Amino acid sequence: MSHAYMPRSEKIWLAIGGFSLFVFLVVLGILAFGMGMNPPGHMRTIAPEAVHTTSPFQEPKLVQTGPNTYKATMVAQMFSFVPNELSIPVGSTVHFELTSPDVVHGLFIPNTNVNIMVIPGHITEFTYTFHSKGDYLILCHEYCGAGHHLMMGRLLVQ
Amino acid sequence: MSLPAREDGKASQSFRFDVSDRTLILAHLGFSFIALLLGAIAGLLQALQRTGFITLPGGIGYYQLLTIHGVMMALIFTTFFIFGFLYSGLAKTLGGTLLPSARLYGWIGYYMMVIGTLMGAWAILTNDASVLYTFYAPMKASPIFYIGLALVVVGSWLGSLAVFINYARWRKNHRDQASPLFAYMSVATMVLWDICTIGVAIEVVFQLIPWSLGWVDRINVELSRTYFWYFGHPLVYFWLLPAYIYWYVNIPHIIGGKIFSNSLPRVTFILFILYSIPVGFHHQLMEPGISNFWKFLQVVLTMTVVIPSLMTAYAIFATFELVGRKKGATGLFGWFRKLPWSDVRFFSTFLGMAFFIPAGAGGVVNASYQLNQVVHNTLWVTGHFHITIAAAVIMTFFAIAYWLVPALNGRTLTPAANRFGLIQSGLWGIGMFIMSTSMHIVGLLGEPRRTAYTVYNDHPVVAAWAGYRFFTGIGSILLFTSTVLFLAIVAYLWRWAPRSNQPVEYPIGQADDRHPQPPMILERWSLWVALTVLLVLIAYTMPVYDMIRHAPPGSPGIRSW
Repeated sequence: MSHAYMPRSEKIWLAIGGFSLFVFLVVLGILAFGMGMNPPGHMRTIAPEAVHTTSPFQEPKLVQTGPNTYKATMVAQMFSFVPNELSIPVGSTVHFELTSPDVVHGLFIPNTNVNIMVIPGHITEFTYTFHSKGDYLILCHEYCGAGHHLMMGRLLVQ
Repeated sequence: MSLPAREDGKASQSFRFDVSDRTLILAHLGFSFIALLLGAIAGLLQALQRTGFITLPGGIGYYQLLTIHGVMMALIFTTFFIFGFLYSGLAKTLGGTLLPSARLYGWIGYYMMVIGTLMGAWAILTNDASVLYTFYAPMKASPIFYIGLALVVVGSWLGSLAVFINYARWRKNHRDQASPLFAYMSVATMVLWDICTIGVAIEVVFQLIPWSLGWVDRINVELSRTYFWYFGHPLVYFWLLPAYIYWYVNIPHIIGGKIFSNSLPRVTFILFILYSIPVGFHHQLMEPGISNFWKFLQVVLTMTVVIPSLMTAYAIFATFELVGRKKGATGLFGWFRKLPWSDVRFFSTFLGMAFFIPAGAGGVVNASYQLNQVVHNTLWVTGHFHITIAAAVIMTFFAIAYWLVPALNGRTLTPAANRFGLIQSGLWGIGMFIMSTSMHIVGLLGEPRRTAYTVYNDHPVVAAWAGYRFFTGIGSILLFTSTVLFLAIVAYLWRWAPRSNQPVEYPIGQADDRHPQPPMILERWSLWVALTVLLVLIAYTMPVYDMIRHAPPGSPGIRSW
């Protein structure tokens, strides 16, 4: 804007701000595309009413897939998680895959980065390694109806 | 059409509202205050329920109260207040009155919004719409709720037409002149609003209404969420821009200074239009059905608003410093003490600005792709938007109401009312500091937002939340008390404050004459709208195409409350 009056100090202020922003975005980009640190997602779909009859969600459970690796296939539904009790040894990596047969839910484990939205019709996937022992709370963090605050589960890391 | 009342017969230098404009503006403000009262009552009750202070009497649901709180505060109070404020500034800066045709559109829009609000409120109060103000499908509310929402949106479009008509007429009569800054910014606010509400209008009219009436069985859930957040993020800028107008245009006059620049604020508003709309995915980072590339692209576009935000911060504080130095301040920060701290029109606004600094920083955290994982859907987010909308914006609106309400009613802001206003805004500041700080911390400790009181079978994690819940509840009580005080002062200023024989002071800052005129290209709205549409198409075409083409079988509606 050549017409605009902009003092030198403002130019410096904006240059510092703009440069910080640029560095910040580069860091985010490296984390995402260089180191694969992406939020939960995935493009697989499923018919909501067929969840209980479609593999693997007809029998949702935790299965060991290798040394220290597990797959947690879970259904988030009004107002519970299936399964709602999981137990793994410390240091395990868990690959979550979730869907919902009814409304939108969430799966959140406080004090970890497991923070997943569960959308009917879609399958959400996310992988996380549990480095500390503990009794972790699993809770639904997206309003799903009258029993939302009762929707919970537990994850024991031993 | 009546002429402006001029009791002294020579008021050409001063300002009196045309009586027809006054009625229209007061109708908007009055309705917004009713919404504020309802929203505050629901807000207090739900806050005390979720923090364990009270149990609700039979029949009232926590989520029902939370829906009222969100709808009344975020959608209704804000929209009505903003239209009232912008109309008043347009009347002042575009020749003294609104055009009769604009006034007509304003009234039609007003009644549509009122009827829509009453329909929505009815559906919520009868417990047929406990779906919160985001109304995520496939939770299915009563069609009355969705039709009410549609009326509010369409009504607001007619209201925006009133803004455009006044502006267009002024431009026609003042060719090759830059429009007054207030009017320019009002147009920018409405351009942003009209472009972003198209998303929620498509969602409500083409998806939710036919589905809730049973004309279609299923809904594309992810698509509906995408339409919603295409609207939901610029919505926060729709709240913020009128507050910025007050900071840029009115505050300089109140503190005895000049508008810092007549051009740069216009550039910032254009940047806010461009970069607040194609960014809704940063509310959907944690969900499936959108590929990482598009999420990341929208994160980058989101962060661009850092630039106009920094420009705004600079301009506001530069204005303050210049005023302080003109009044004889010395040293690096001496100007700070020269500001009119005992003037509620400034004091409340300044507290809001102070809140906005951590609020902006928190917003960067929320939108930053990986970090969102730590805070998404926790009370951190609730804490965040309570220091944006419910501090920076609403404290500015308090300040506006304290002079605009008496000005419209031909009354004066008395020293006593000003003092009570200082107490009220101070109380709000303390209450909000306590509540939002507690919410931010307990969010990091894992407490989810939008959740009724729960102890999760006495899980040990919950024990760490107890103290923060207590302070959240205390903060909510202070905030409610402050709201009641605000409404009492406003009622006094509306109805009982001493009448003023002088034409009212409507604070509008003057631009510094030494600066060049703003370039005319800034008034070429077709260009800015086209650029916005282009950015929207870049950010949304492919992912929306994927959502439709690779859609799962849709979801039938469910009433889960």
